[in-house]
Amino acid sequence: MIKLEKRPMPSRTLSMATPLIAVVITMIAGGLLFAALGKNPFEAIRTIFWDPVLGEYAFYYRPQLLVKAAPLVLIAIGLSLGFKAGIWNIGAEGQYIIGAICGAGVGLAFYPTESILIFPLMILAGALGGWAWAMIPALLKVKFGTNEILVSLMLVYVAEQLLASMSLGLLKNPEGHGFPGSRNLNDYPSATSWINEAAGLHWGMAFAFIAVIFAYVLLNRHILGFNIRLTGEAPRAARFSGVNPTRLILFCLGTSGALAGMAGLFEVSGPSGQISIDFNVGYGFTAIIVAFLGRLHPVGILLAGLLMALTYIGGEIAQGNLGLPSAAIQVFQGMLLFFLLALDLLTNYRVKFAAKGAA
Amino acid sequence: MDLSAINPVLLIASLMVAATPLLLAAIGELVVEKAGVLNLGVEGMMIVGAISGFAISVETGSPFLGLIAAIIGGALLSLLFAFLTQFALANQVASGLALTLFGLGLSALMGQSYVGIKPPAMAKLDLPVISDIPVIGPILFSHDPVLYIGIALCAAVWAFLKFSRGGLVLRAVGESHDAAHALGYNVIRVRILAIMFGGACAGLGGAYISLIRVPQWTEGMTAGIGWIALALVVFASWKPWRVLLGAYLFGGINVLQLNLQAAGIAIPVEYLAMSPYLITILVLVIMSADKSRAPASLGRTFHASQ
Repeated sequence: MIKLEKRPMPSRTLSMATPLIAVVITMIAGGLLFAALGKNPFEAIRTIFWDPVLGEYAFYYRPQLLVKAAPLVLIAIGLSLGFKAGIWNIGAEGQYIIGAICGAGVGLAFYPTESILIFPLMILAGALGGWAWAMIPALLKVKFGTNEILVSLMLVYVAEQLLASMSLGLLKNPEGHGFPGSRNLNDYPSATSWINEAAGLHWGMAFAFIAVIFAYVLLNRHILGFNIRLTGEAPRAARFSGVNPTRLILFCLGTSGALAGMAGLFEVSGPSGQISIDFNVGYGFTAIIVAFLGRLHPVGILLAGLLMALTYIGGEIAQGNLGLPSAAIQVFQGMLLFFLLALDLLTNYRVKFAAKGAA
Repeated sequence: MDLSAINPVLLIASLMVAATPLLLAAIGELVVEKAGVLNLGVEGMMIVGAISGFAISVETGSPFLGLIAAIIGGALLSLLFAFLTQFALANQVASGLALTLFGLGLSALMGQSYVGIKPPAMAKLDLPVISDIPVIGPILFSHDPVLYIGIALCAAVWAFLKFSRGGLVLRAVGESHDAAHALGYNVIRVRILAIMFGGACAGLGGAYISLIRVPQWTEGMTAGIGWIALALVVFASWKPWRVLLGAYLFGGINVLQLNLQAAGIAIPVEYLAMSPYLITILVLVIMSADKSRAPASLGRTFHASQ
């Protein structure tokens, strides 16, 4: 008979090993899924995980990796702070959209003035927009004890409607011949987030790296980070030691909102280029998987973000070459989270095999 | 704008149709939460139910078989959640989110070849004479059978929780799993059954959208109804009849805003479409003042460590 015994401390080795095991199991289960769809599983897995990095056309795909990973890492870093403390912001997609609208709105307001100050101002507006959108669930939670999970999620749908309204109305390109969507910010040198488009470098990557370092220092060297971890691991102890839950909620939700807003701004002024009805592609939700896959650890999130970016790019290649449906990748990403959560058992509990009746 | 184009009788009749998927999903989730489990995967189970029901009824030509398939589909998906939270002792919030993300992907994958197809129609109740009575007829006696099942289910859940022994055990497990375990009840089994019931209801609710309300298949067509159902359980303070009331209220808001869109009111379409979500937030804020009614063990992991 199998028995579970709670470990006094989560195992460190397994904590690092489980994401890797989960990836391997997902590859196997994904292979079975692809086989069920009538594709060669080995070819599909190779196309997704090998070709973008080391394949024949890898030189083309490698820069893409950073383009996709940057918003995922940026958002996931913010989410991980809250998740650590048991504060669940799952509306990052909404904060991402609002950040993009605010940032792009500021940029478009200055069009066609050229100035070095415009882009920093846009970043600020994007961060503020995302922050403000996240402050809605934060303040409601602090003031009325409202569940932040549901409020932040509802605001995603509100943000999507707002995005539709903006791209058809206020921010619509006046020279766009009536098509929905804003001016293309890539044609406006002062407002583009590309540092070097050919090399696939934009400011979002720089900020993602800064966010990783910032989060690492915060969690390991600062009292605020200690309080976040304490609240998550021992809420009672945190209360007795005088941690202010209100400040913690405002900080965690606000920071994750600001980072998601910035991610939205970098995306809209770079890879996406314009505000349009469907410029958001669900990074805010995928970032949840990234945060868990990275064990809510900044460096882990960086690696998990790159891996998830790989599945996006590999998925696109497989779509083109093998006719693998795009939804298959979504299923693949969902499975990864499942296996990861299931394997967490090994980190927190010791599995013991005992003869029946011995207990 | 022409408000006279809105017919109050049709409005109430369509309100009941709009409320039914919400009602089904919320009543299922209510039972799950009464057992002390928070399953945030309602949206995922609904959309999987929507496509399983749609696919099976298109393939077999029978909407009835489709509904059965949706119930099975929702319950099967919920088993994944049950495994994660009850055996692997995973965090319920994270597992529920995983279920929703996975369900959305899975449904998109399953539904690829079903876009743009019309499903076989579900027969409506048509009683001679009674269904033809003006006002009362269209409102009460000429709907599809699932709508009545939803109301009956609400009554059944109420009676089960209030009067039956099983209901008492379920509530005990939700209030204090340690005490229930000490009394010899199998906490894990009760919770798994509750989770499966929730999944079956969510699946049926999803199929109601794709087979009867819309009826068509489009990716992500549940559009947050599963999440609103979760909010509805809070709104109802975990009471079945208030779930019914809440579902009709939300159904009414949704139908009204659609009617206002059609009537060409001066408010832009996007802002009207936001209203159900904004009102959900408002309701959550009002209801969150009173936390005392939530099952005491809600969201906590149970592990019988002798």
